[in-house]
Amino acid sequence: MSDFVNDFWNMYVIVIVLGSILACAVLLIVQGKATFTPGKTMGHVWDETLEEYNNPMPKWWSWMFVITVVFALVYLALYPGLGNFKGMLNWTSVGQHTAEVQKMDATVKPLFDKYMAMDIKAVAGDKTAMEMGKRMYLTYCMQCHGADARGAKGFPNLTDGDWLYGGEPDQIKATIADGRMGVMPPHAQLGADTIKDLANYVRSLSGLPNDAVRTARGQEAFTSAGCIGCHGADGTGMHALGAPNLTDKVWLYGSSEAVITETITNGRQNKMPAWKDFLGEAKVHLLSAYVLSLSQGAK
Amino acid sequence: MLKHEQIEKNVGLLFILTLFVVLWGGLLEIVPLFFQKSTTTPVEGTKPYDAVRLAGRDVYIREGCFLCHSQMIRPFRAETERYGHYSVAGEYVYDHPFQWGSKRTGPDLHRVGGRYSDEWQRAHLINPRDVVPESNMPAFAFLANAKAKDTVGKDIEAKMQLMRGYANARGIPTYSDEEIKGAKAAIGDMTELDVLIAYLQGLGTALSTMK
Repeated sequence: MSDFVNDFWNMYVIVIVLGSILACAVLLIVQGKATFTPGKTMGHVWDETLEEYNNPMPKWWSWMFVITVVFALVYLALYPGLGNFKGMLNWTSVGQHTAEVQKMDATVKPLFDKYMAMDIKAVAGDKTAMEMGKRMYLTYCMQCHGADARGAKGFPNLTDGDWLYGGEPDQIKATIADGRMGVMPPHAQLGADTIKDLANYVRSLSGLPNDAVRTARGQEAFTSAGCIGCHGADGTGMHALGAPNLTDKVWLYGSSEAVITETITNGRQNKMPAWKDFLGEAKVHLLSAYVLSLSQGAK
Repeated sequence: MLKHEQIEKNVGLLFILTLFVVLWGGLLEIVPLFFQKSTTTPVEGTKPYDAVRLAGRDVYIREGCFLCHSQMIRPFRAETERYGHYSVAGEYVYDHPFQWGSKRTGPDLHRVGGRYSDEWQRAHLINPRDVVPESNMPAFAFLANAKAKDTVGKDIEAKMQLMRGYANARGIPTYSDEEIKGAKAAIGDMTELDVLIAYLQGLGTALSTMK
């Protein structure tokens, strides 16, 4: 089926292209037959003595034009260019891309298949797989989690052995494949004073300096305000909800009283995008193993 | 027959003939594109930019994002592996003008929609080095201080009318009167940063999951 809205444009392109090439050829022939008088000048003088001869083009130059005309005709016969004519090679940019991808897939697919059949833990111990994983990590993951995988404010450190949604191989894989949506609701309704109490209590959980009176009040508020619903009675969090462990000295947004107050007051939202559709399962599998390997040795 | 000498000695004639040669190329390389289905029909899933994204697009253009970021994924494996499906002409039918760019100091952005979270985009635009220490992108923190309705959203209805004119000329789906009327309300109190993020998060999503 033609891509043009009607057949006029097919003819339009063909006629103008071939007509132009023909015109160039005719011009070349006519110029080649023109006669020149050696030594005759154009009849003007610059800078006292500078004159211009009216000589023909050098032969090699004329031949360059001839070659160009021939090249154009050969090119148009082989490749698409003349309206709807697809060219004898049937070349398309999409076809070239597909061939390139297929060629590479033939090389790497056996590797991916091999790792796909292996347990994530076993893949994490494979040197080649981890080199591949690192390349992929640096392409797809480092923007948020950092080139060193130590994260940034709001983006988890992957090397510390602390997990919001769980560090088991399957949990990591689910996080990468389907993404995560972490929501800490805002609690401004508790009032600034209670929030300050809570912030002190949260700091006390990981042994940071705190106001003892406020901490005692904060401990009560931790239960009455419903914090235990997600963070647990002992503040150790819950993987199913991605609720952070508040006792482990790992801080996603910061541990200062001001930052904790901000977190409680305004809440937090944090999204890990889903990668399953974009990367495909084989790459997610390999990346899961790589992420797992990052924290081996931590704790 | 016209002599070379006559053309060289007559500036007016030289000008007209030069113009003719240049136009001749355009007649062949540009004009047929207006009559090709692949360049004039939107790809399935491609929609006109809503009011918020259209305003965000103006921030993108005003800040010169196109100088360092392209929006054109070429059909090479190295690019499709990194960015996703190669770009096709039918995705740009609502871009006036298109933002293909010509140089990548930063990465291509044609499929950046949904790739990162809104929180990442916010942190990254306010100070890129907060999330990517190696980045040499300028910080755009000031965008959070300006209300879109006072700047890029000021004459949003007129912009949408203009875009509707382009779309109608091609006979492709476009804004309804209600959408144009509700444009100001849609932008509401959003900052320039908010509308820019909305624009970025919508980029290239029509084909993002195809490979």
